[in-house]
Amino acid sequence: MTTATAGRSWRRALRRDWQLYSLVVLPLLFFLVFRYLPMIGNVIAFRRFEPGGSLLGERWVGLRYVRMFLADPTFWQVFTNTLWLGTLILVFCFPVPIVLALLFNEFRGRALKRFVQSVSYLPHFLSIVIVAGITMQLLATDGPVNQALRAFGGEPVAFLQEPGWFRTVFVGSEIWQTAGWGTILYLAALTTIDEDLYEAARIDGANRWRQIWHVTLPGIRPTMITLLILNIGTFMAVGFEKVMLLYNPLTYPTADVISTYLYRTGVESNNFSYAAAIGLFEAVIGLILILSANQLSRRAVGTSLW
Amino acid sequence: MTGVVVVTLYPFLTIIARSFSSESRIRAGEVSLWPRGFDLTTYRIVLGDGMFWRNYGNTVLYTVVATAVAMALTTCYAYVLSKKELKGRGVLVGVAVFTMFFSGGLIPHYVLITSLGMKNTLWAVVIPNAISVFNLLVMKAFFESLPDELEEAAQIDGLSTYGILLRIVLPLSKAVIATMVLFYSVSFWNSWFSAFLYMDRTELMPVTVYLRNLIVGATGGTNAGASTEQLTQVASNIQSVTIVLTALPILCVYPFVQRYFVSGVMLGAVKG
Repeated sequence: MTTATAGRSWRRALRRDWQLYSLVVLPLLFFLVFRYLPMIGNVIAFRRFEPGGSLLGERWVGLRYVRMFLADPTFWQVFTNTLWLGTLILVFCFPVPIVLALLFNEFRGRALKRFVQSVSYLPHFLSIVIVAGITMQLLATDGPVNQALRAFGGEPVAFLQEPGWFRTVFVGSEIWQTAGWGTILYLAALTTIDEDLYEAARIDGANRWRQIWHVTLPGIRPTMITLLILNIGTFMAVGFEKVMLLYNPLTYPTADVISTYLYRTGVESNNFSYAAAIGLFEAVIGLILILSANQLSRRAVGTSLW
Repeated sequence: MTGVVVVTLYPFLTIIARSFSSESRIRAGEVSLWPRGFDLTTYRIVLGDGMFWRNYGNTVLYTVVATAVAMALTTCYAYVLSKKELKGRGVLVGVAVFTMFFSGGLIPHYVLITSLGMKNTLWAVVIPNAISVFNLLVMKAFFESLPDELEEAAQIDGLSTYGILLRIVLPLSKAVIATMVLFYSVSFWNSWFSAFLYMDRTELMPVTVYLRNLIVGATGGTNAGASTEQLTQVASNIQSVTIVLTALPILCVYPFVQRYFVSGVMLGAVKG
């Protein structure tokens, strides 16, 4: 198609559908200003930004800020913490919904099953602030967990002040909050599995376990992989808000992650350019991770997000 | 199965028990599932706190305004995206979907909101979160599932695009609209970070930030009705009470609305 005809067909489309196009003006403006402009705004990672000055910084300083954070020992500490938390979340929080979904699926009482599912979704609907609050109350020195410890003759533990406990606490509360809700998509996938396959497996003499292994799991594999890719995409952003709520200077050694560190340097200490450089680094790694996970799964198992 | 129920509910029951117990019994580590030394003083303190009510009211206000704005923008965009023959539709979808995988990051957002003068205004919590791409895709999938013939007939009868959207499509979409209103309102009700980031004044905070300040021990967050001595004495009690009161609206509507959430997510998963 030549440019002239392309231009004409656009004009025709605009004339015919102008009312439709008029509806996208505001939403499109939203995306451009509040999603894409900040992406461009990342140039302040390479420019010197002065508060009150231009949105895009005052002058080029090249890789100065990148070099700065690469030489910053705190950066490497929070980088390691991010990898740790991300990995633990992936290893522990990803499989739980699958196991739960299989469990729900094996269960026959319909009304009771629905009740249990409804209960398990509940934590998902609470504010992360409430979840953090509940976690802190449970683990407080006078909380039920420490009561139980004392009842078994143990010493009370200051879970929220010990760096050694932070990862456990974080992953535990994450499982509590997300596991039930995470089952929904798997349960949807389970309903699409053909009953005949189970029939055939039974005729071949497969017991319950073999049926799960050979029919159920392959049946939900596309869902598993899709969710895995999405999880890998958020790997670097690990529960930023919850870390913000649960951590304190005592637990920084294990709890401080890239996003909390950049919050403190950027918003609290006004080093916008430095923090933007860290943020850009984080976002780029995230993008690379999701692109390669997608590519890998397309090659290996033929399922991909796009 | 029972295990799932117990593990999920136990923390709630504990918090409720603690909120009704006397501070001394909590300190002694006697409270677990049942209130000990039944005591409503803390409820009286929190409910007598002007700032608590102010922040609670803010949450209601922010949730209503933000949900309205979000619904208007999301519906318009989703409707247009559902028009398969529209020129440029692919680009419009791409513009939205790309933001799911790459974002500008905290600092550029912060700088932008600040320089737009939106700090310390309602708009800082409303506008930047106005469209959730997930919700957008769910709505788009729903609109695509409506029969084209209806709209064609309406068009022949002389309705404009706006007329079709308002008088044909929206009345047929009550189910998805209800679901989206729930999705948005719950997420705005629960959100705290935007307000925390962009608002400096206590009287502008939503109740989630009030609670956050309590749990990180930033401030007493309180003025009327209680002496400081009373406050420090019952600090952890106040947390439990505030947690209960903040979660209460969600806990009340939850049994009636959760099936909409489930069907909404299913719709997004199957068609998205």
